[in-house]
Amino acid sequence: MPAVSKGDGMRGLAVFISDIRNCKSKEAEIKRINKELANIRSKFKGDKALDGYSKKKYVCKLLFIFLLGHDIDFGHMEAVNLLSSNKYTEKQIGYLFISVLVNSNSDLISLINNAIKNDLSSRNPTFMNLALHCIANVGSREMAEAFAAEVPRILVAGDTMDSVKQSAALCLLRLNRTSPDLVLMGEWTARVVHLLNDQHLGVVTAATSLITTLAQKSPEDFKTSVSLAVARLSRIVSSASTDLQDYTYYFVAAPWLSVKLLRLLQCYPPPEDGAIRGRLTECLETILNKAQEPPKSKKVQHSNAKNAVLFEAISLIIHHDSEPTLLVRACNQLGQFLQHRETNLRYLALESMCTLASSEFSHEAVKTHIETVINALKSERDVSVRQRAVDLLYAMCDRSNAKQIVAEMLSYLETADYSIREEIVLKVAILAEKYAVDYTWYVDTILNLIRFAGDYVSDEVWYRVIQIVINRDEVQGYAAKTVFEALQAPACHENLVKVGGYILGEFGNLIAGDSRSSPLIQFDLLHSKFHLCSVPTRALLLSAYIKFINLFPEVKGTIQEVLRSDSQLRNADVELQQRAVEYLRLSSIASTDILATVLEEMPPFPERESSILAKLKRKKGPGNLHPDLDENRKERSANGGTADHSSTTSNAKVLLLSCCLLIRMTHCFLIVTVTSPKVAASPTPSTDLLGLGSTITTQNSAPPASKGTSLLVDVFSENIAAFPVETPVAVGPVADENFSRFVCKNNGVLYENQLLQIGLKSEFRQNLGRMYVFFGNKTSTQFMNFAASVPADPTVDGGAQLQQILNIECMSDFVDAPVLNIQFRYGGTLQNVAVKLPITLNKFFQPTEMTSQDFFQRWKQLGAPQQEVQKIFKAKHSMDTEVTKAKIMGFGAALLDGVDPNPSNFVGAGVIHTKTTQVGCLLRLEPNTQAQMYRLTLRTSRDTVSQRLCDLLSEQF
Amino acid sequence: MMHFLLLFSRQGKLRLQKWFTPIPEREKKKIVRDMTTMVLGRKPRSCNFLHWKDLKIVYKKYASLYFCCGLDAEENELLALEVLHRYVELLDKYFGNVCELDIIFNFEKAYFILDEFLLGGEVQETSKQVVSRSIEASDMLQEVSERPCSR
Repeated sequence: MPAVSKGDGMRGLAVFISDIRNCKSKEAEIKRINKELANIRSKFKGDKALDGYSKKKYVCKLLFIFLLGHDIDFGHMEAVNLLSSNKYTEKQIGYLFISVLVNSNSDLISLINNAIKNDLSSRNPTFMNLALHCIANVGSREMAEAFAAEVPRILVAGDTMDSVKQSAALCLLRLNRTSPDLVLMGEWTARVVHLLNDQHLGVVTAATSLITTLAQKSPEDFKTSVSLAVARLSRIVSSASTDLQDYTYYFVAAPWLSVKLLRLLQCYPPPEDGAIRGRLTECLETILNKAQEPPKSKKVQHSNAKNAVLFEAISLIIHHDSEPTLLVRACNQLGQFLQHRETNLRYLALESMCTLASSEFSHEAVKTHIETVINALKSERDVSVRQRAVDLLYAMCDRSNAKQIVAEMLSYLETADYSIREEIVLKVAILAEKYAVDYTWYVDTILNLIRFAGDYVSDEVWYRVIQIVINRDEVQGYAAKTVFEALQAPACHENLVKVGGYILGEFGNLIAGDSRSSPLIQFDLLHSKFHLCSVPTRALLLSAYIKFINLFPEVKGTIQEVLRSDSQLRNADVELQQRAVEYLRLSSIASTDILATVLEEMPPFPERESSILAKLKRKKGPGNLHPDLDENRKERSANGGTADHSSTTSNAKVLLLSCCLLIRMTHCFLIVTVTSPKVAASPTPSTDLLGLGSTITTQNSAPPASKGTSLLVDVFSENIAAFPVETPVAVGPVADENFSRFVCKNNGVLYENQLLQIGLKSEFRQNLGRMYVFFGNKTSTQFMNFAASVPADPTVDGGAQLQQILNIECMSDFVDAPVLNIQFRYGGTLQNVAVKLPITLNKFFQPTEMTSQDFFQRWKQLGAPQQEVQKIFKAKHSMDTEVTKAKIMGFGAALLDGVDPNPSNFVGAGVIHTKTTQVGCLLRLEPNTQAQMYRLTLRTSRDTVSQRLCDLLSEQF
Repeated sequence: MMHFLLLFSRQGKLRLQKWFTPIPEREKKKIVRDMTTMVLGRKPRSCNFLHWKDLKIVYKKYASLYFCCGLDAEENELLALEVLHRYVELLDKYFGNVCELDIIFNFEKAYFILDEFLLGGEVQETSKQVVSRSIEASDMLQEVSERPCSR
């Protein structure tokens, strides 16, 4: 046994550890452990009372066994007994055991708490520290309940020893993190702030951590810490390296404290007081200056500590984003680090520069380093550094350097690590689109993407290139020519076949004049790839073929022959078979005119946000894409755009509405307009309105829209202006009892009385929404005169159901929901109903998937105090995980799995779309099932949005 | 704040684990597995920082032992490296030329020293003298109280 034991030396323990180390196999180890466990168990159960030393030794052995990864289900009681020993060493082992193992055995908690209480009041600083360490290590709710009031008292008491103060500060910090509702701010808060002035730098260090955490949560209460922190920082920064004695670390004055102070200042905007601000600027300049001085030591510890302070100072400069000179200096400093021989510094410089690139003051300065960054991409040995280089290139890209950056990223792609290829592909696709002046360049870039990394090109990328080509006449011929050439490669990626098939099917005629790409050659080329492709691609190619029949009547025979072959007509795949049968039939019986109409060129796609961007945002940041849209597009693409054009007539069966709606605009931030059903009947996706009535009994007797649309359009266009506020009849109380039920869902019954039932079905997309309001007449009598302002003859037959469509546009964030006023005559009486429409801010959410890294980066970026709103509240419903998940998704945010280190927490992300802005939102919901409480935290870039979303969502649980 | 600190050998044997946030045992084992495979798989002269889920991982190798910690995204990586270094220095000062075996056989001491230095995932005391002094003081206490009963 090596003689490494020190201090008290428990011989039995050392022997046991050696035994374990000498075990040759896992089995032998388990055997030895079981033997020891049996021994300890018998000792604990034995009649002979154990002395403190033995108890300590056995508890320590149990701890060792547990730390080896084995379960321990006894010994807790003995450990608790040790706590009340008056021998320090026994107490210490007892506390260690409790700290490591307590969560698994909480029925002893009152005994433990009792022992802690005794030690806290012992006035022996060593014992007090042990007790405080234990509270901080365990940090359970029970402990918070027992000590949340006591610890602050110890912290601010005048006679507390410095070391105890330090422990108390961090202990309180831990309790605040785990049970913030129990740590109540009180008169101690002001005194805690003044710990920043303490003589003892260790106390200041510990207190600064505490204050930073508290200030993040309630910045107002700790505002005074700013001036104290600046003063303290300034004293440290200007001190000579020896002034602070042992707090100087490798010639750097108090690096930990400096970094913590700089972090604390990042909780606040730049100080308003000119003098303080000046002093802070001076500090930051000094730190930047010191970076240029020759190092005082060659040790890496010296440079790490010095640069740690420097990076934190740069973070603060970026956070303030207000001093152009500092920003540019920071950028230059990082530029130097980009070429530093230390890999760590290069990594950090790339990472920091990414945030600098988004500041308008420093964007240009960052751009000057482009060559270095490109070089990093090519030559760094460490993939994590290269990943940062990609991020930075993406961040610094703008119109002026897009071509260069895209070219570099493309060429890097050929050799890039597999782990980051997909992300690079998305980034290239986005940059190429965003900064394309000339769309031929864009087409080339995307085709190169497919060529270099076809497997990593997601569907979004190739959908997007097709959308763009279809929407831009000038690039269509070029695209056709390029894909034709690309397809000639002996082996080309299936994604290229898809793009090629689609584009040639649409625009093959533009290159057919050239004898080298005559229709037949085009067809043969495509068809030569057919057999190597998967079913969806084959389906797409079949659609391209039928389009060819329309474009080039001369190849009709050849194509019909292909369609007629058994491998098509009798294909085992239903989709392929159906297409072959239908297309063959269509080509045989339809006249040229009909063919030309059915197979017309695809209409331009509505301009939407790039689906690729959404994809990247799903991976990386705020994004917005309605999954339906994507589905729809996929379908259209796969269909070759042939089939869908006539299918929407069923939508025309929208019911005629004949009641008048008076929308009382309570808030001008929301525009609600009423449209005729005709608009809704135009070919928009997923408006199968017949299916929508399921919430209400549907016995439609109203005439179909085709009869009355024109009338209604007129009616509404005349009256729409007169709607706001001019309510002719006094309105009763506004019904809103069902309002909150709609926060997390879009469909359901909004209002119901004996006469009338109002159902809702709504859909929202970005800042626009459409709401279908269904009025069901529950009586057997007709409702007359739905409102005086409509001159038509609005009646609702008994048992019938009417529908109203509202178009909604969110102009800016809002709180109040609009009110829907309904009037009608039932029997002899005029009825008034006012219902609050459940249009809430979260409806304009678009979910955003992101990785936890991005989530927390953003979370940090949204760290300004006013951006965060937090609410702690009691659960009103059962705390079921699945229900909670459904609610968060219904709320509109993307539910991010595996982002929060604590799996019982929920985090979500999304973007609120208004006409003028987009507001990125992050949310985190922390349930505490024991206390039946939740803590909900919202961080968004706008304080009113944070507040409103927090209010809305907290009502749901 | 720091979420966890792990010490493991080149063979992936865990020598010390300190968790600063409540994490279920099962999750802990998973994290340990992820960290050892990730860190041990790094090439020499790579940078000492990694991203893992929402955490920053900072690691450094001292002789046969890897020191590895997981930090919040806003933490300062360079300073975290120095936290690891300071801990090594404290161990070194206490054991005198610390080696892996010291930590294996005196694991409880390694935890005690850590508690004096880090608490709740934050640095409590950065002065080497102050920490060493308080460790020595408690060792004195031990020896004084130990003698009568250890016999």
